[in-house]
Amino acid sequence: MVKQWISILMLLMMTGMAQAELVIEVTQGKQSAIPIAVVPFEWQGEGQLPEDISGIIANDLGSSGYFKILPVANMISQPTALEAVTYSDWRNLRQDFVVIGRISIDDSGYAMEFHVLDVHQKVELLRHRVKGKASQLRDIAHYISDYVFEKLTGIPGVFSTRLIYVTTNRERTRFNLNYADADGAREQLVFTSKDPIISPAWAPDGKKVAYVSFESGRSAIYFQELATGKRELVLQMEGSTSAPAFSPDGTRLAFVRSYLGNPDIYVMDLASRKTERLTNHYAIDTEPQWMMDNRHLVFTSSRAGGPQIYQLDVSSKAVKRITYEGSYNARARVTDDGRKLIYVHREGKNFHIASQDLHSGQVHILTTDTDLDESPSVAPNGSMVIYAASEADRSILAAVSVDGDVKFRLPSKYGDVREPAWSPIFKN
Amino acid sequence: MQINALYKALGLTLGALLVAACSSTGEINEGESETVTEVEEVVTEVEETVEDASTTAVDTSAVSGETLESRMTEAEAALLEQTVFYFDFDQSSIKSSSLAALKAHAAYLAANSSASVVLEGHADERGTVEYNLALGERRGMAVRRFLLANGASASQLEVVSFGEERPVAMGHSESSWSKNRRVEVKY
Repeated sequence: MVKQWISILMLLMMTGMAQAELVIEVTQGKQSAIPIAVVPFEWQGEGQLPEDISGIIANDLGSSGYFKILPVANMISQPTALEAVTYSDWRNLRQDFVVIGRISIDDSGYAMEFHVLDVHQKVELLRHRVKGKASQLRDIAHYISDYVFEKLTGIPGVFSTRLIYVTTNRERTRFNLNYADADGAREQLVFTSKDPIISPAWAPDGKKVAYVSFESGRSAIYFQELATGKRELVLQMEGSTSAPAFSPDGTRLAFVRSYLGNPDIYVMDLASRKTERLTNHYAIDTEPQWMMDNRHLVFTSSRAGGPQIYQLDVSSKAVKRITYEGSYNARARVTDDGRKLIYVHREGKNFHIASQDLHSGQVHILTTDTDLDESPSVAPNGSMVIYAASEADRSILAAVSVDGDVKFRLPSKYGDVREPAWSPIFKN
Repeated sequence: MQINALYKALGLTLGALLVAACSSTGEINEGESETVTEVEEVVTEVEETVEDASTTAVDTSAVSGETLESRMTEAEAALLEQTVFYFDFDQSSIKSSSLAALKAHAAYLAANSSASVVLEGHADERGTVEYNLALGERRGMAVRRFLLANGASASQLEVVSFGEERPVAMGHSESSWSKNRRVEVKY
């Protein structure tokens, strides 16, 4: 009985949260986007399903920019089983792939079986079954999206990942650290304060986040476990302490400590909590971010005048400058494959997100239609960059693919949204 | 002449106090109460002396002394009223237009050792969050150094940066940005 109530309550919560604060709007897709039809799945249970599973899948695939979704209204037929598929219908609609499926329910929960069909070869390309509880319907949908995405593009999908970001009211008297699905749905509050919250960062296991809170009157670094909400003040040193970044192996935290106005890069061993100073320069050194080798950091330094990106060898403490184009390059992130550096680049009066090939050094400005871009964070599959931008007097989240082809926005209904951080891929 | 009278009065008072101090140290055992009385007497005498010159003269001299002081306070107060100091983009050097007011703050702090200030550094929204946090601190530190050099002591000065998190103007143009790149001196 109690269990039933809990599941009903969860269903209610889920439907309420479906009207998320952030809603994806694709503004630019790939020229080569693959035409795909996601046929509404057959619901074999009673009543109505609390989530539109095939709708979420279509939305996921469409928002990635890699796929061009056929609107349901344009479908000639809506098969839900393999036997009912007429390939010529889809060929006439110029579709490359069709996704069909069925959803059933039994005592153990929901089960979904789906097929991906190749219209040109007229064959079933893959078939898969996934199970979950009522509270996991969106997760199941994202799982299917990830599966289809990876099978058809060769790139791991990131639809099951999460975002953390900061929202503030216009007066800047309330700061919220939020947690939501990568599509902006199911937003939950992680931490709220009347004082600023900045620089949220994920631990590599996706279970914990670090962030900077000014609740004590000055910046300090906190850890918070997402499942339990347990918080810990980790670093508050004389001066200011900020910019936490977990090493990919999860053993160390890079951060910035500024004492007497001189910010430098430090590292803390998470087991012993011992800290070590890595840079010692009178200029501003900040925004450290690890490279996947756990040995190098990239960081922003004003040692050449304006901010530029440098690379630091954590062992030898050797520093090497990486960016040379333009007078303002800051807040770098490195793609997991170590090939690209993503950062904020000032061009004339505006600030845009740039991508730099770490081998050739070639710089590519990714964003042109948003203003005052900042806080880029790269998706764990290296395909997309989410960032904060200014639009019509507000701060919103927007995303761009690393190649610049795909763009989408996550406008919010109220307030400013800032400082997004894209989670790692969660491993079960 | 009026001032002379005042000086004379003060001189006498000081002299009497000195005498009293000497005598009090000399008469450890029994002189305490006597000494105090002596001082009081002398002071009364002094007051009488001043009063002897002219009632009006004493009043004006007192007023003129106060006026001199209050004029300085007014001038200082006017400067002390300026508590927000602005900076150029990506810069942390103090503008020359800020120097007079900052000197007044330094003088006030030097004269009032129990006073202390928080120097809140801020940046405009352009550029990155953490870099702006550092920039805000740099601005706060620039003001701190200036106040130190002009007489304030380190224990009176605390620097806190809020980066771009606490703008005073919410617009997205230079007119707002220039107001947000600032250090606020908060007593």
